[in-house]
Amino acid sequence: MEHEPVKHHMLPVWFFIGIILTIYGVMIFIEGLFDLSHPTGTVLANLYPAVWWGAIMAATGVLFVVKNRRPTNAGN
Amino acid sequence: MIPALSVLLDPSATRMMNPHAVDFAVIIVYFAMVLGIGFYLKRYTQRGEDFFLAGREMTAWVAGLSFVSANLGALELMGWAGSAYQYGILAAHWYWVGAIPAMVFLGIVMMPFYYISKTHSVPGYLQLRFGEAASGLSAFCFAIMTLLSAGVDMFAMALVMKVLLGWNLNFSIWVASLTVAVYVSLGGLFSAIFNEVVQFFLIWFGALLIPIMGLIETGGWAGLVARIHQNFPGQDYTHMWGPITHFSTNPMGIHWTGIVFGLGMTLSFGYWTTDFLVVQRVLAAKDIRAAKLAPILGSYFKMAVPFIVILPGLLGLALLPFHLVPQSVAQADPNLHSYNEVLPLMLARYCGPGLLGLGITALIAGFMSGMAGNISAFSTVWTYDLYRAFIRKGAPDKHYVNMGRICTIVGIVLAIGAAYIVMQFASIMDYIQALFSFYVAPLFGTVLLGMLWKRITAPGAFWGLLAGIVSSVGMFISVKLNPAMLSVWALSSDAKPMAENMYRALWSWLICVTVTIVVSFLTKPHPPASLAGLVYGETELPSEGHLPLVKRPIFWACLAFALFLVLQYIFR
Repeated sequence: MEHEPVKHHMLPVWFFIGIILTIYGVMIFIEGLFDLSHPTGTVLANLYPAVWWGAIMAATGVLFVVKNRRPTNAGN
Repeated sequence: MIPALSVLLDPSATRMMNPHAVDFAVIIVYFAMVLGIGFYLKRYTQRGEDFFLAGREMTAWVAGLSFVSANLGALELMGWAGSAYQYGILAAHWYWVGAIPAMVFLGIVMMPFYYISKTHSVPGYLQLRFGEAASGLSAFCFAIMTLLSAGVDMFAMALVMKVLLGWNLNFSIWVASLTVAVYVSLGGLFSAIFNEVVQFFLIWFGALLIPIMGLIETGGWAGLVARIHQNFPGQDYTHMWGPITHFSTNPMGIHWTGIVFGLGMTLSFGYWTTDFLVVQRVLAAKDIRAAKLAPILGSYFKMAVPFIVILPGLLGLALLPFHLVPQSVAQADPNLHSYNEVLPLMLARYCGPGLLGLGITALIAGFMSGMAGNISAFSTVWTYDLYRAFIRKGAPDKHYVNMGRICTIVGIVLAIGAAYIVMQFASIMDYIQALFSFYVAPLFGTVLLGMLWKRITAPGAFWGLLAGIVSSVGMFISVKLNPAMLSVWALSSDAKPMAENMYRALWSWLICVTVTIVVSFLTKPHPPASLAGLVYGETELPSEGHLPLVKRPIFWACLAFALFLVLQYIFR
């Protein structure tokens, strides 16, 4: 499998991770806000995990998207 | 290396979870994302090197995360959480002793030879080093195993979705397999690796909340241990080495020699250094330093996995208001839950709408990545090690890429067939798991000798590998026919079935190595010039002396091994 080396210029995998974490983070955060007035009945629901976990995911996702929005060699 | 698959879940059980619309939305977004990634990557996978080896352009981080993620499937998550509930922290041996030394060894000792040889697969390395016989035997075994594993993954996922969500088995099998077929046939290993790295993040974000919330509820590790002692007085679930000084002093029926020599030195080395599914991810690295670093970086993440797999099982022991039971007992009474349900039970305990969907999606992602990994590995081994080697040599690169896309589809269809066969005979899953163990330890012996000793010849490698596989099969059958044979192979009448795999791996490895060396000395050695780039002593290994210490793989390897030893001491 010997070939001339080819460098692919593509969006990095971190960009796609950022997209999905942002989408999930926003969805879960909004659901968490809804849960403030509609308790879920799960254990430790009073800690409102959906709110802070969704916020963490969304923040992480946005960071990944912003830092990796330009194509790189081979998507790394 | 996962617990008995056939006892995963009872297909007749009622639905465990009650997902909301947002949970289904989370699942749909995942399917849309993986398909979108596949379509995006198609334009970058026109050459064989792109389709089968992701262009050999992956950084150490991407290759390392993919390396770990390829092994981190949903069966692994659920099965080992269940084993942690059943056996306590002993189950963590399969993540620490059973992985870390082997991953570090792969990075420092074996990756230079895999990478410098420019092989595309483990059978490909054997072909370069020993010729077609050993390579063909290995490729044939591996091709069968990957298809069966993909089928088992499909069936297990369908079963889990039926129990968790009430989904029809056929719906789950066809939707998941068609999705995998599309994104792997479009983007090849690029797609598989990208989605494995996505899966890695989803699994951590989906599962990490359980140990966090659980430790808050118990008041930390000390509170967890206290509650376990309260619920199960007189039993030790939180020490790893103390209980295994004798076969009869632990529920697994194992001894530390089996853990160290059978699991640690043979089974784990065999899997992590020769299983092409994981090695393929490292072969995709952009240079030799990245190839060496990838499994070493992966070892750090592997060391952390017990936090999201073993700890939920221990939290189940501490917090669940009822005791879980073996699968056979749970099947007889629908009000009971089996050990393997501990992870979904803990997920439902803490996760409301949205978070529940994320956890379920993490399980689905784990299953589908397992299928994709097996299918992409099958596609590579079939195309290069069987089709190109024995059926059609010298065709243009484009021909082999097309073959790769076609056999991805064919592989999925065959795997679906395997899934339906497994559906009819669930206990087959245990035998399929055993099939892997027949050749992984002997294969490690063959590859290791081939890399480190130039005196090993092609006939020696073939007959040694065959002797190792046949002896492993023989030992397995002997125990099935006469369970008393377990005490012979494990050297103790107190040994339980869990010990069998470990000692069988050790003996079959020793037999492989012995036969390989004897036959090699009876046959003509290879000319040194033919071994350039393939074996120690005939390969110029690049020096890292000019690099600062923190950039050298050996530094991170030593640090990983030190951390591994610290963990053994903390949880002794």
